[in-house]
Amino acid sequence: MNYFPDEVIEHVFDFIASHKDRNAVSLVCRSWYKIERISRRRVFIGNCYAISPERVIQRFPELKSLTLKGKPHFADFNLVPRDWGGFVQPWIEALIKHRVGIEELRLKRMVISDESLELLSKAFFNFKTLVLVSCEGFTTDGLAAIAANCRFLRELDLQENEVEDHRGHWISCFPESCTSLVSLNFACLKGDINLTALERLVARSPNLTSLRLNRAVPLDTLQRILMRAPQLVDLGTGSFLHDPASGASSKLKATLLKCNSIRTLSGFLEVSSRCLAAIYPVCQNLTSLNLSYAPGIHGNDLIKLIQHCRKLERLWILDCIGDKGLGVVASTCKELQELRVFPSDPFGVGNAAVTEEGLVAISAGCPKLHSLLYFCQQMTNAALITVAKNCSNFTRFRLCILDPTKPDPVTMQPLDEGFGAIVQSCKHLRRLSLSGLLTDQVFLYIGMYAEQLEMLSIAFAGNSDKGMLYVLNGCKKLRKLEIRDSPFGNAALLMDVGKYETMRSLWMSSCEITLVGCETLAKKMPMLNVEIINDEDDTAPSSEDLQRVGKMYLYRTLVGARKDAPWFVDTFIDPWLVDSGFLVGTLQGSDLLLADAAIMTYCTYGVHQAYPL
Amino acid sequence: MSPENLNRSPDSDVGSLNFEETRLTLGLPGVECRGCKSGVKRGFSETVDLNLGSSSSAGDKRCSGENDVLDSAKPPAAKEQVVGWPPVRASRKNAMKSCKYVKVAVDGAPYLRKVDLEMYNSYQQLLSALEDMFSCFTIRNYLNEGKIMDQVNGVEYVPTYEDKDGDWMLIGDVPWKMFVESCKRLRLMKSSEAIGLAAPRTPPKNSSTS
Repeated sequence: MNYFPDEVIEHVFDFIASHKDRNAVSLVCRSWYKIERISRRRVFIGNCYAISPERVIQRFPELKSLTLKGKPHFADFNLVPRDWGGFVQPWIEALIKHRVGIEELRLKRMVISDESLELLSKAFFNFKTLVLVSCEGFTTDGLAAIAANCRFLRELDLQENEVEDHRGHWISCFPESCTSLVSLNFACLKGDINLTALERLVARSPNLTSLRLNRAVPLDTLQRILMRAPQLVDLGTGSFLHDPASGASSKLKATLLKCNSIRTLSGFLEVSSRCLAAIYPVCQNLTSLNLSYAPGIHGNDLIKLIQHCRKLERLWILDCIGDKGLGVVASTCKELQELRVFPSDPFGVGNAAVTEEGLVAISAGCPKLHSLLYFCQQMTNAALITVAKNCSNFTRFRLCILDPTKPDPVTMQPLDEGFGAIVQSCKHLRRLSLSGLLTDQVFLYIGMYAEQLEMLSIAFAGNSDKGMLYVLNGCKKLRKLEIRDSPFGNAALLMDVGKYETMRSLWMSSCEITLVGCETLAKKMPMLNVEIINDEDDTAPSSEDLQRVGKMYLYRTLVGARKDAPWFVDTFIDPWLVDSGFLVGTLQGSDLLLADAAIMTYCTYGVHQAYPL
Repeated sequence: MSPENLNRSPDSDVGSLNFEETRLTLGLPGVECRGCKSGVKRGFSETVDLNLGSSSSAGDKRCSGENDVLDSAKPPAAKEQVVGWPPVRASRKNAMKSCKYVKVAVDGAPYLRKVDLEMYNSYQQLLSALEDMFSCFTIRNYLNEGKIMDQVNGVEYVPTYEDKDGDWMLIGDVPWKMFVESCKRLRLMKSSEAIGLAAPRTPPKNSSTS
C-alpha cells in the first residue's frame, strides 16, 4: 500500500465508513495515521468528558460531522441528578475558535442551551444537520434560531428531548428560501404549532423524505401535508382523531393511497380507532412501525393493523398487544429483525403485560430477529432456553421483568439457566440487560460465553463480589458496564483496575463499594475519573453506610477531572500528580484553582494511606 | 378487592349510618384511600385545600391512620417506590399518560379551546392555565371559591365540567386524578347560572382540611 501516493490511499480510506475500522487503519503506521487524520470528516466521541475539544480538533482538522454523548445511560431513568453536566457549549466554542466548518452535530444526553443553538446557527455557514436525542436545556426559541439562520439545513431531528415549549412560531422562522429540508422530526414537542407555516414549509421542501409531527398537528392538516408530500418515506403522525364534521378521514384515506413510498410509520399519539382503516393501504409496504406512543390503539384494532404489515423488520409496540397479539406478529411478520415491547402501565400491577408466552411465539415465528427489548410480567427458564434455541442471532437482548427480582414462576428458581442459555447460544451478543432473580451463576455464564459483549446492564442481581469478577475477567470486549442495587463491593471493584482503561465507563449505584475503594482506584489509575454523586435526595445514611458510595461513575479520560462538575459531584484525583507538578505543569490559569479545589475535595474524605511522593 | 371492602365496611357503617352513606354512588373500589370517603363526590373547597393534585399523598396519609390493616395488606406499594425501575424513560412515561384533551367553552365566548389535562398536576395549575388561555380573566381567590373573574365586564365564572356520566359538576368535587379520568369537557359557566349545580353532596366537614 505504501507504494501508492497519499492521495490514492486517502481515496481508499474514503470507503471506510465505520469509526472502528478507521481507528484500526490509523494504527497501522505513521503515514496511515497522518493520512487518516487529515481525511476523517466524521468523528464519534462516546463520552464528552473523555477528551478535550481542542485535542479532537487538533487531530482531525477536516472535521465536518461530530457525534457527542454526555450523561451516563442511567440518566434516562432518573438515576443521574438533573444538573450533572454534559454541556455542549465548550465544544461549540472550541469549534468556532479553531474555525472548524462543522456541518453536522449529533448529540445524545447533552445539555444545549438556546445560546448554544443560536451561536451554532450563526457561526457555521454550511450547517446542515442537527440531531438531538434525549437532550435538554433548550426551548423552542433556540429552534427558531436554527430555523432562521441555517440556510442549508437538511435535517432537524428532535428525539425524546425535554424541550420547554414557548409556543413560539419557531416553525415559521424557516425563511422562504429554505427548500433543503430532508428530515424534520418534532414529535417530542408538546406545544402548539403554526399549522399554516408547517404546511407551507412542507410544500417548498421537495426533498423531504422524513417528517414526524407532534400531537398538535390534527388529522386534516396531516391530510393536506400528505397531498403536498407524497414522496415521504418516513411519517410520524400527530393526532389521529376523527372529526366527523370535517370529512378529513375519508380524504385522508384517498390521499394515503397515493403515498406508496412510506416505509416507516410512527406517531398516533392520540387516535380514534375508526380512522385506522385509512392506513391499511400503507401498511403492506412498511418495514418499520412504531406504535409505542400510541396507547389508543389496542385490542382487535391493533391486531387487525398488524395483520396488514407483512414486511415489517422493526416493530416497537406497547404491551397491551398481549401474548395473543404477539402470536399474530409471529405469524405475520416473517421478516422481523427488531422488536421492542414497552410497558403501557409501568407501575401497574398485573395489567395487560406480556409474558414468556409471547416471547416464545415470536422466537418461533421470526427467525431473523436479532434485537429485542422486552418488558414483561414474568419469564421462565424454559422459555429463555427455547428462545435461545430458536433465535441464535441476537446481538441485543434486553429483558425487563417489571418486578425486578421475580424468579421463574413455575419452578421458583432464579433465571440463571435461562440467561445462561441466551449467552451460550447467541455468539454475537453485544448488548445484554438482565432482570429477574439472578445469582452469581448467571455472571459465570456471561463471563464464560459472552465474548462479544460490549454493554451489560445489571440490576438487583448477584450474591457476592464473584459475580462482578466473572464479568470483568470474562468479557474481553466489554466497554460499558452499568450496575445498580447489586451486592458488589471493593474487592470486585479493585481486583483488576487495568480493565477500566479498556472500557468507556462503569456505573455503580446502590452497591457495596466505599469511599476508600474509590479513592484507592483513583490513586492507582490516573487516567480514570472516579466521580461520586452525592445525591441530595438520599435519605440520611446509617453509621455503617457513611462510607458507602451511593453512586459512582468512572470513565477513562485524557483530560483529568472535569471542570464543570456541580457541587454534588466529587472527583477523586491522584494527589501525587498534583504534588509532583504533573498537573500544575499542564494546567494553566483557572485550571490551577480547580486542581486545588479537587485536592481539597479529596482531603475532606481523609487520606488514610500513605501515597508515593 | 373483596377483603378490603370487608375490612372497610365495619368502621364506616357502624358509627354513622345515614342517607349519605347508603346512597348509590360512582366511587371506584379502592378509591377510599385517596381521601374520597366512600366514593361520594365532594365539594370544591375540600379537595383543593387538601392539595391532592400533586401525588395524592396527602390523601394517603390522612387515610393511613384509619386503614392500617388495608395498607399493610398491599405489598406492591413499596416496590413502586424504586427509583428508575422499570427502566422507562421519563419522556416515554409522560407521553404515555398525556393524552387527555378536553374542550373548554366559556359562556358567551364564540370559540372553544382545548386543554390537555395531563399537563397539569392540580386544580390550581389548571385554573391558572385557563386564566392564561382566556387572558381577560383573573382567578379570584380560587383556593377557596374556585371562581374566575372577567374584570372587564364584571362577570363572574364558575368552572364546571361534564363527568363521564354526563353530569355537570363543579370543578374540584373529586380528587384531581379522578377528575382527569372522568372529565369529558370543561365549561366556564356564568356564576349566575351555576347556582345549585352539583353542590357538595357531603355534609360539611371542618376536620377534613388537614
